[in-house]
Amino acid sequence: MELFRVIKPGFFTTVQDLGRHGFLRFGVPISGAMDKYAFTCANALVGNQADSACLEVTLIGPELEALDDAQIAITGADFSVTVNQNSVPLWQTLSVKKGDKIAFVGSARNGCRAYLAVEGGIDVPVILGSRSTYVRGGFGGIEGRALKSGDLIRVLEPHLPHETNLVTPSDLIPSYEKEFTVNAVMGPQEDVFTAEGIETFFSSTYTVTPESDRMGYRLDGAVIERKVMSELVTDALIPGAVQVLGSGKPIVLMADAQTSGGYPKIATITTAGVSRLAQARPGDRVRFVKVSLTHARAEFLEFNRVLSGLAARLIGQPF
Amino acid sequence: MFSSPKYAPMGDRALLVKFGESIDLDINRKVHMLNRAIEQTKIVGVEECVPAYASLLVYYNPLKTSYERLVYQLKDFEPNLDEFDACTEARQVVVPTVYGGEFGPDLADVAKLHSLTLEEVIRIHSETEYTVYMIGFIEGFPYMGKVPDSIATPRLETPRLKIPAGSVGIAGNQTGIYPCESPGGWRIIGRTPVKLFNPYVQQPTLFQPGDKVRFKPIIKAEFEALLKE
Repeated sequence: MELFRVIKPGFFTTVQDLGRHGFLRFGVPISGAMDKYAFTCANALVGNQADSACLEVTLIGPELEALDDAQIAITGADFSVTVNQNSVPLWQTLSVKKGDKIAFVGSARNGCRAYLAVEGGIDVPVILGSRSTYVRGGFGGIEGRALKSGDLIRVLEPHLPHETNLVTPSDLIPSYEKEFTVNAVMGPQEDVFTAEGIETFFSSTYTVTPESDRMGYRLDGAVIERKVMSELVTDALIPGAVQVLGSGKPIVLMADAQTSGGYPKIATITTAGVSRLAQARPGDRVRFVKVSLTHARAEFLEFNRVLSGLAARLIGQPF
Repeated sequence: MFSSPKYAPMGDRALLVKFGESIDLDINRKVHMLNRAIEQTKIVGVEECVPAYASLLVYYNPLKTSYERLVYQLKDFEPNLDEFDACTEARQVVVPTVYGGEFGPDLADVAKLHSLTLEEVIRIHSETEYTVYMIGFIEGFPYMGKVPDSIATPRLETPRLKIPAGSVGIAGNQTGIYPCESPGGWRIIGRTPVKLFNPYVQQPTLFQPGDKVRFKPIIKAEFEALLKE
């Protein structure tokens, strides 16, 4: 069923689900929603399964016309959103009627990405096991690209009719600041760096540069010293890996990370950390905290527990 | 090669097994043997493995296993890794390639750096049989070696912003083919009309690690005819 017509596409709006798993060895990135928490919450608010496809909105949001009645929810970055020019709240279920115009006004005040979930989930072809858009590869989502004006967005039939108006309790709504602190496990190539270089990385504040996207965040800040400048043999990369370039500046790999590379990796950010960092925007600051693998594992298990328990913690109330 | 592989965590849900630090067929064979061992024994909690030149990334689900448990299980394979050698003959793949001209803008530089003629570079590159060590960087990109020292050339100092799909490049002793338009720093010596990646099938890449590859020089008219097929 066609549900939305795109009036304005926004800066960079793509269809994303939980990602394309099992194809790294073919050079295919994982992709998927950058902020897993906001994404999961959006789906839960409309009664979707956790991996239903949503729209991922970046910095400047789209304007959409509803072609039918539907339940939607918007979570993530702190946008002003209107339906027919009336302000609507984020982080709760919204009912829209045929002909309604949903508009993201201006740019996000804090945070970088918002998620728009619709009951049933967005209907695009499943490519290599996922509906996620991978723009560089030109596949997934809508024709492998970001939305453009005039696009028609289809949705799947809901599994069960979803009649509840759900609200996210305030203690579950994150506030996005200008400074992000993320945990990272050392390595796997920390031996390439001097002790001072490693100290610099964990004690400095880095700034997110405008050359940052779904593939990676290029950071500016203190130069990380290496023992030798020899080239490494290419090995595999995953989201969260922190590569240090020849310039001594770090790049954090994100959801669309290339699958291999030859720059040394000083540390790897935790899964929960990568998800939170997805809300950092150019100009925001990042600090890295060294944690043990035991600590990182506990954080992963806790993050997973929070995500799988989100749906049960939403509060139902009458429309 | 290390006397025994080295294990290191890569974040909270992956580990890297390193067999060495160079581009070497024997090291790479061990990487693929361990990959096959994990596939065939279906180790609980492993979601996918990514073989590279000298290392294997093991991506796992921390709800089902742990780093310590996986290292313990993988170490068990060390003495008997040879049992997991490829049991099938390597596939032979021929890659028709137009060398030089607008399709190979760096061919002349490669020749000049080694005091060779264009024809000599083409002959050396196309007479060598290459092995696919790994697929990576971007979807379907085959990392192949070894390029003979007589034409091995370092990457460009400043990468190009756009390299056309099908471009054949050299970086040191490696040769590779760009499956789609992409930025890149490899020295481009030719272009093939062969399609390397198709996301709409379950085996999306033309190449697989272990494949034996030869480049066959063709002329532009043949390139255009093949492109239409």
